[in-house]
This record gives sequence, structure tokens and C-alpha cells, in this order.
Amino acid sequence: MSLDAQIATLRAEIAAATAAASDEGAIEAVRVAALGKKGSVSALLATLGGIAPEERKSAGAAINGLKTDVTALIEARAAELGKAALDARLASERVDVTLPVRPSPTAEGRVHPVSQVIDEITAIFSDMGFSIAEGPDIETDWYNFTALNFPEGHPAREMHDTFFMAPSPDGVKRVLRTHTSPVQIRTMLKGNEKPAAPYLTPAIDPPIRVVMPGRTYRHDSDQTHTPMFHQVEGLVIDKSSHIGQLRWVLEEFLKAFFEVDNVTLRFRPSFFPFTEPSMEVDVQCDRSGAEVKIGEGKDWLEILGCGMVHPNVLRNCGLDPDVYQGFAWGMGIDRIAMLKYGMNDLRAFFDADKRWLDHYGFRPLDLPTLFGGLSS
Amino acid sequence: MKFTLDWLKEHLDTTASAEEIGKALTMVGLEVEAIVDPAEKLRPFVVAHVVEARPHPNSDHLNLCKVDAGTGTLIDVVCGAPNARTGMKSVFAFPDTYIPGKDFTLKAGVVIRGEPSNGMLCSAAELELSNDHDGIIELPADAPIGMAYVDYAKLGNTVIDISITPNRGDATGVYGVARDLAAFGIGTLKHTDMSPVPSKGPSPIPPLPHQFGAGEPKAIRKFAGRYFKGIKNGPSPDWLQQRLRAVGLRPINAVVDITNLVSLGWGRPLHAYDADKIVGRAVLRNARPGEAFDALDNKVYALDETMTVIADDSGPLCLGGVMGGIRSGTTDETVNVLMECASWDPDLIAQTGRKTGIVSDARYRLERSVDPALTEPGLELATRLMLELVGGEAMEPVISGEDVFPNTVVEFPLSEVERLTGLETSPSEIEAILGRLGFKLEGAGLTRKVHVPSWRPDVAMKADLAEEVMRMVGVDNVPIDPLPRLNHVAPRMLTTLQNRRRLARRTLAARGLDEAVTWSFIPEAEAQRFGGGAAELKLANPIASELTDMRPSLLPGLLGAAQRNTNRGLSELKLFEVGQVFHSVQPEGQRTYASGLRLGGSRHWQSANGKVSVFDAKSDIAALLDAMGHDIDKLQLVAEPAAWSHPGRGGRIQLGPKLTIGWFGEVHPSELEKFDLTGPVAAFELDLDAIPEPRKKPTRSKPALKLSDLMPLSRDFAFLVDRSVPAATILRAARNADRTLITEVSVFDVFEGKGIADDKKSVGIAVTLQPSDKTLTDEEIEKVATVIVAAVTKATGGVLRG
Repeated sequence: MSLDAQIATLRAEIAAATAAASDEGAIEAVRVAALGKKGSVSALLATLGGIAPEERKSAGAAINGLKTDVTALIEARAAELGKAALDARLASERVDVTLPVRPSPTAEGRVHPVSQVIDEITAIFSDMGFSIAEGPDIETDWYNFTALNFPEGHPAREMHDTFFMAPSPDGVKRVLRTHTSPVQIRTMLKGNEKPAAPYLTPAIDPPIRVVMPGRTYRHDSDQTHTPMFHQVEGLVIDKSSHIGQLRWVLEEFLKAFFEVDNVTLRFRPSFFPFTEPSMEVDVQCDRSGAEVKIGEGKDWLEILGCGMVHPNVLRNCGLDPDVYQGFAWGMGIDRIAMLKYGMNDLRAFFDADKRWLDHYGFRPLDLPTLFGGLSS
Repeated sequence: MKFTLDWLKEHLDTTASAEEIGKALTMVGLEVEAIVDPAEKLRPFVVAHVVEARPHPNSDHLNLCKVDAGTGTLIDVVCGAPNARTGMKSVFAFPDTYIPGKDFTLKAGVVIRGEPSNGMLCSAAELELSNDHDGIIELPADAPIGMAYVDYAKLGNTVIDISITPNRGDATGVYGVARDLAAFGIGTLKHTDMSPVPSKGPSPIPPLPHQFGAGEPKAIRKFAGRYFKGIKNGPSPDWLQQRLRAVGLRPINAVVDITNLVSLGWGRPLHAYDADKIVGRAVLRNARPGEAFDALDNKVYALDETMTVIADDSGPLCLGGVMGGIRSGTTDETVNVLMECASWDPDLIAQTGRKTGIVSDARYRLERSVDPALTEPGLELATRLMLELVGGEAMEPVISGEDVFPNTVVEFPLSEVERLTGLETSPSEIEAILGRLGFKLEGAGLTRKVHVPSWRPDVAMKADLAEEVMRMVGVDNVPIDPLPRLNHVAPRMLTTLQNRRRLARRTLAARGLDEAVTWSFIPEAEAQRFGGGAAELKLANPIASELTDMRPSLLPGLLGAAQRNTNRGLSELKLFEVGQVFHSVQPEGQRTYASGLRLGGSRHWQSANGKVSVFDAKSDIAALLDAMGHDIDKLQLVAEPAAWSHPGRGGRIQLGPKLTIGWFGEVHPSELEKFDLTGPVAAFELDLDAIPEPRKKPTRSKPALKLSDLMPLSRDFAFLVDRSVPAATILRAARNADRTLITEVSVFDVFEGKGIADDKKSVGIAVTLQPSDKTLTDEEIEKVATVIVAAVTKATGGVLRG
């Protein structure tokens, strides 16, 4: 048989075998049978040595042509079969992607609104150069009342209004703090620079700018009062701060907190033992709908109490009221949380009902910041 | 305190509207609670003419009336009033009108016993004008038909309700309110004539002696009394009755009504005794311990020796400054009266008021303090009203005791106003404002001597005067002034401890736990079980019997919350709280913990069993510690659980042998039973205050990162050890076998059971080797493996499994 005939036959056989190969193993066998060391094409190539030199060039070209063609043919088929095999595997690996996955823990856990609001308040006041001050919940009568200029016999000092601790062996009268104002005393009191516990804020020399969030207690329990609640107070002491600045601080705070462009406040002269002059502050709002809207409307809602720190309070802390002056304010954290986020029942704050926590709580990574927005 | 606009205008000459007055009151610190005209709800009622009234055919007491209410057509009305008759004028309500005295709205198209009735003729009681419901209102024949009855009867009278702070005794009378408004510039104060009224002779009752021992509390300062002889008591005139009724008081009789008028009008409480009911001699003394007193509110009070009474030979007549007694009260038959106008110690009145719980108009005023300069003038004012309304003869006043006048003088630098408020006010303006409020200024310079009027005992210092000026200018007029901003970036705001609480909250919430806030006080039994219950940590006056003890731990509150939630049908709970626990009443005994629990993990197709275990709690506490910068594996972990824990499934985390900073475990089944919970419940507590602050500087460079180009390699070992051998022992031994080459040791398998002796377990560990300068040879690897096996075998007494 002539070389040309041999090549034609071989080409036809390999093409048939390639077409017949039905999987990757079969096509590999075809490749080995044709192009392997002992393959048919390789065998044909090996015959070149016995061919007369004058014919060898054309014969070589013809056989190599066959090799190139067969290689291409087999590779194409192999690729085709490889793809089919992959498709088949992928088809077999199909899953039901509508199956629900385990919820992310961050989607389940929630931060209590009180904590969130404290973080919001912290973010705002950090921008105004304040720091956070803290004191104990069980306070002495002196810190909670006497130092704050409450006269003996003041109604707040009665069992009717205030929680008293059972008598203590040291004879000191103690109460559950009725406000966070004792922290003001701790912050101002000369001699209190090295407190007994690390969480207690040491006394600092004026200028003082602190905010004091925390738990407070009053002997009261009804639809709108709980025996425990949260308060945040602020204190500014230096040699010049006055009511004009107090008005600015409160307006700026409330605007930032309620995330509105404008708030209108109404200051009413009032009376507290620990401030003079004293004022109560109402915020203008719209109470016509289901939720209270701050920054619009024609209603007034009492939101906080404030005033210039009473000279007697400054004196009780060792500060000369003719040299130092400043203001303080206090408001209910739970209350402003309710106003901002629309809860209507204070008692639910302390019931730990998972449904309530999940509904009114905040995502763990919803960190209130001024750069990212308080409630993003 | 309530008063009517008319009443105010009797003391204040003003053209201001009710709205303007309301605004001014709030601005000066007399907060308006409400401004209402109660008559406005009567606006739909009209004057009507009963054109015809004839008996109802089907009734023996009803009438069929034809009523002309000015609509142009006659209206059929069925009326049951006995006085309904042809030709009368009365008050008519159309259908759909709300009838306040009956609290219903009239229906249209009503048929009464077969006859149509399209409206109602009304009694005074139905309009809430009096208690008279004997018949329909009768109006004069000239009353214009169709006119609103409110306008015809001039019923409109705005009632203003203000709340008065405890320091403002001077504003507890309409006169005092008018004085503030006049000073604010909304009108002119009208003065009341309180000059002495001549007497008809000596008083039949001598001055009341003050019978007090040395050192006794003495509420009475000065007692002024006047005897009125031969008066004619009875109902007071309509104007007085209406005035009292408008502010919610019930008219009693003329004498009592006079005392109320003076109390509300001038803030000067009085008390009237029927002089003929006084037995023997009236004196002032303190009550005897337990002495009974029949008060006007028909209650009997047990008095004590700190309460001053006006008493006669039969006992207390009046609880001084607080409430009168029944025995000596005046009635329509009273002919001789002793009128009291006395000055009292405000603090003792307040104390007596609180002790007895009596709330009265007298107490309200006297505990806020009443102008001591008004004691005798108040009596003269009462005298004028008595003579005018009940006649009789006024005898000479009898006076005993001394009033207390503070006569305060304040050295007042006028600059104080601007210093404290930021308000720029000229000296003349300050002078004018204080003058209008009754303060007298002495001197001319920038510091004045300010004499405080007798009715303002609350003003005692510079800041008080600054407030007076600001109050009158209006706080809203104080210019807003920005607090100076920092001229540098705000420093760190939170201390490490404060920041830890924030981190703890966010970390636990990120692990799927919900943050709870529970009461700081818990039941005694729970406090005791969780390490508390000390006597000094109990409340003297708990608000409820189950909220008695300050909590020693957050877990009882969380377990209680879990119980409430499971009772609501929620079976999977993950809760935490970050809050105070109380180990002593000292500040250092009050610490902040982060605690949490997990209960009943959910069933899910991705995992078979949803039960929680001690390892969930350990994992939570490890995450918390990591957030605070501590690796739980580098702390001391001791298998001695807390008392609340399952004894074999819990542990504690210690820093050194004495200081425990945290506990974790499965809650003891007997504890779960007390909370009615089905376990397991995994819980933990971490004392955030006990975690040491990192010693390093806040900003610190991290140790240089060494990255090897050589591949790490891992070798597995399985050891057969006693079940009691802690995994930590195996891990520590393996890790210490070669501290440079071994970078990590982890447990990949723990197996007990089939094929292994009952008291043994198999622990599989993976050891990671990180060569540093050259690839390890097989011999070197073999050598390390031998050292590891030897170390573990030595530490545990176990063997390498083949």
C-alpha cells in the first residue's frame, strides 16, 4: 500500500474512533492508540528512516500533516467530552437554593433602645467636648440630697418618693439615687480626686463638661412611671457659662438627637433645689397623630429641667460661686427614646419581652456616630 | 390652682385676652395647665318658648309641648318636667346635642309612648349649672327666642388652671398672680382695701394662749382672731357661689364661702369657728400622741405631738393650718363666729400634711408660706366681707404670738443678671422690674441693696434676683450664645471601663443575643440563692414584695425574663444584660457585669440538634474576653463552677489564684425548676470591672510580623487517656514540647464509647509545625513527634493510640 493510502486509511480510522469515543477515558485511549509512543501515527513516523532520502521530505510532510490533523481532531473531541462531563457533574450537583440558611447572629441579636440612645447622646456630646461621668446607684443621703441643697423635710426625702436602703452598720443613711445629680457632686467635689472604685468619676477642676447617664429610681409605679428608669444629666462649670449657652447646648443637642433641622424650645421659669435660676423646657411638637413629631406642630411637650447650678451646691463642693458658675440639665432617657422611636409604654422597657426587644432593639453594628449618622 | 378670668380682672386692670394672659403666665413661671371655658359646651342650648303644653294621652306625668326655638317651625317635644306649661320660656336642646349633666347625646326621631319628640327642654342639672333637677329652667318672658342660652345668661367665664412651684406661696392667690402679671407688663395691679374696720367692743373670747413646752415643735407663729356677734348665716350670694363653683369648690354657707374667697383670692387661708360650740377656753397647743380628731372631711385622724391644734376643753377644734374639725364648723344656724387668720411655720404644716395625708387649700398655701404681713390685714378683709354678707357686729381682734419676718436684704451687683443669664439689661430696667415686683432698691451704684418684700421668702440671694429679672424679661428673650467650641480635636470621651460596657453590648448582640434591661431589685429568695440577701442590701421600702433586695447577679433577672418569654410560647431565647450588681452598699461594692443566657436552640435543617450546652456559654464569654483584648486560653480556667451551675458542666475564669472574673456553665436543674424552665440553659457572668486595664500605652506598635516562606505542616496524634484528664493538660504538654517549632495545637476529636474502655477517652490533636529557616527533614519531624508523645504521655499518663 502506498504511503498516501496508508495515511488516508489511518486518518479515516482515527477519525472514526474519535467520533466514537463517548467519554474522556475513551478519547484518551484513542489518543494513546494514535499518538502514544506505540501509537499508529507514531509507528508511521518511525518508518521515515527507511524511506529513500529523495522521498523522505515529502513523506515526512505528509505524515506530520496527519499527526497535526489527528491531534487537533482528538483535542477538539476531548474538549467536547470534557465539557459534557463537567456539565453532567454540575447538573448532578444542583441544590435547592431556596432553602433558608441559618440566620446571621447579627440579624438576631439586638441592642436595647436605652443603650442605643445613650450611645447617641454620647456621640453628640463628644463633639461638644464633654466626657461621661458615673457614680453608684446606691448613694448616701448626702450626695443625693444634702449636697444638692435639698432642705431637711423636703418631700423628696420621704419614703413616699424615694427608695431607702435598710439601716447599715456604719449608720450612714443611703438611698437609691433619685437622679444622676449626685454624679455632679462627685465630679465637682474637692477632695474626691481619688475615688474608691475605678468606675467612679474623679473630681475634676473646672472647666468641667460632663454628661451623666444612668439608672435612677423613684418610689412610683403606674401607667407612666416605673420604679426604675434612666436619666441623663449634663453639667458645665467654668467661669463664664450662662443661660444663653445653656439654651444653645440644649437646642443643638435636641436638633442633633431628633435629627431635625429645627427645634423650638420654650423655657419656663421653675423651681428646683439645686439650680437657681431654674427652668423647665418644653419642645414644640405635633401630637395630633399617632406619634409625636418634634420640630413641627403647635403643641408643647415638657422634655427636661435645667438651670444655673445653685450657689449652695457649688459651695458644698468647695467651689466659690462668685468665681465659678455653670449650668446643669436633666432628662429621661427612656422618655426621649420613646419620643424618638415611638414606643408608647415605658413599662415594656424593663419586661425583656423578646418580641419587644426584636422590634424596638437596634442592630449590633448600628453604631451611632456623627460621621455615619446617629440612626443610619 | 384655678381661677376665672373675671376674678383675675378684679385684681388686674387689663385688656389682654385669655390667650395673651395664658402665654404671660407660662413665661413668668406660673405654668398654665389649661385654659377652658366650661360654658362653651353649652353653646348649642337656646332660649325657647313653650307655645303649648298639654298632657300626653298615654301618660299621667308627661306633657306634649310645641316649642318655638326660633327656627320658624314649631317643634314637638315630649317633656316630663312638672313645671312645663303653656307660655313659659325655657332652655331647649336640639337633637344631636350633648347633654353634659346626663352624659348622653340626644337622638333624633325619638318616639315616646307613641308621640314624636324632637329635642329636649332642660333643667339646670342637665346643663350642670346646679343640682336643681326638679324642673326645666324658667326664664323671664322677655328672653329672646333662639338666642344661645350661654350668651343670654352670661355664663361664659374662662377658667385658667396654673401649677405653682413649691417656692411660690405668693402666687397661690389670684391677687398674687395679678401682681406677677402686672410686673410682667400685662396690666395694672388693683389694690385691696385691708385697712382696719372699727370694732363694736371687746372680744368675748380672750386672745388664744400658746401652750407649748420648751423645745417642742411649734407650728403657730401668730394667731389673729375676731369675734362676730349676731350674724345671719345662710347661702352666700349667687356671684360668690358661681365663682367658687367655677373653680371647683362647693359652696357651703356664706361664712365658709368667705373664708374660701379670701383663701383663693388673696392666698390667705382663714378658718371660721361657730363660737357657741367652743367648750370652755380655746388654746393653741400640740396634739397629744394619738389624740383623735374629727376632721371636716368626715375622717378621724390620729394626731401626734408635732402637730399644732386649736383646742378647747373637749379636745381639738381644728388641725392648725391644715383642716377644720366637724364639731365647731359653722352652719346656717350659726350666729356667733370666731374668725381665725393665723401665721404658721411652713415646714411643720408640710410635715403635718404629709403625715396625715390631708390635702387642703389651706395646707397648699401655708406649706408654701403665706405673707406674714397679711395676718391682721387678712382678718380686716374678712371683716368687711362678713359685715357685707352676713351682718352682725365685729368685736375687737384678739392677737397672740409673733410673726417671723425675714426682712432679707441682698447686696446685689446688677452685673449678676448678665453674668448668670447672658441677658444685657440696663440698671434702670432691672430697677423697674424689681420695683414692680415689690422689691425696694437702695443706693445708686452698680451694686444695690435690695429689700425683699414679705411675700417673697424664697428670694434670699443674688441668683434669686437674677432669676426675677430674667423671668420678667422672658427666658425666651435671653440671646442664644454658642458654648465655646474646642480648639482641638475632642479627646477620648469614654474611660476603658465605659468603653468595655459598650463593647460588651455590641459583641453579645453580634453573637445573636438580645439585650434586656431588668430591675435592679429582685426577690429575697433569688438574691440569697445567687450569693446576695445581705441585710444592708435590702430596701427599707420596696415597691412590691417581690422587689426587695438589690441584685447580687444579673442571672435571676434574666432567668425571670426567660420564664416570662417561655410562658408566652417563645422557646428559643438568647438574652444578655450589662448592668450593675450589688455586693455591698459602698461604691466599690457596686460593679458592672455582663451576663447572658441561651436556652433551647432552634431546630434547623442544617444541624440536627438545637440544644445549648456549657460550650455555648464558654464561647460567649470567650468572645467577650476577646473584645476586651484577652485570650481565654491564656487565662486560668478552673473547673469549679458557680453555685448556680451544673456541678459537672461549668467553670470559672481566674486571674491568679484569688481573683475570679467570670463564670460559665449550664444552669443547675434545681435552679431551672424554680424558674419553671426546661433546660439546658447555658449561662455566663463576667465582671467587667475586674478585667485589668491593658498596661500598654493607648497607641502602641504591634510586634513585628514574621512571615515564613516555608510551608507549615500538620501532624495528627490520638491519645488514649483517663476521662478525667482535662484537654487543657494535653494541649499544654504538646505545645510546650517545642516552643519554637510548634505554633498551634488544636483538638479535632474527642471520643468516648465503643472500642474504648469505659474510663478512657480518645483525644485527637493536630499539631502545626512552622519551620523558620529550612524545610524539615523526615528525621527532624519524627524527632519532634517523639518529644510530643513523650510529653503528653508524661503529663497525662495516657498512651498514643496505634
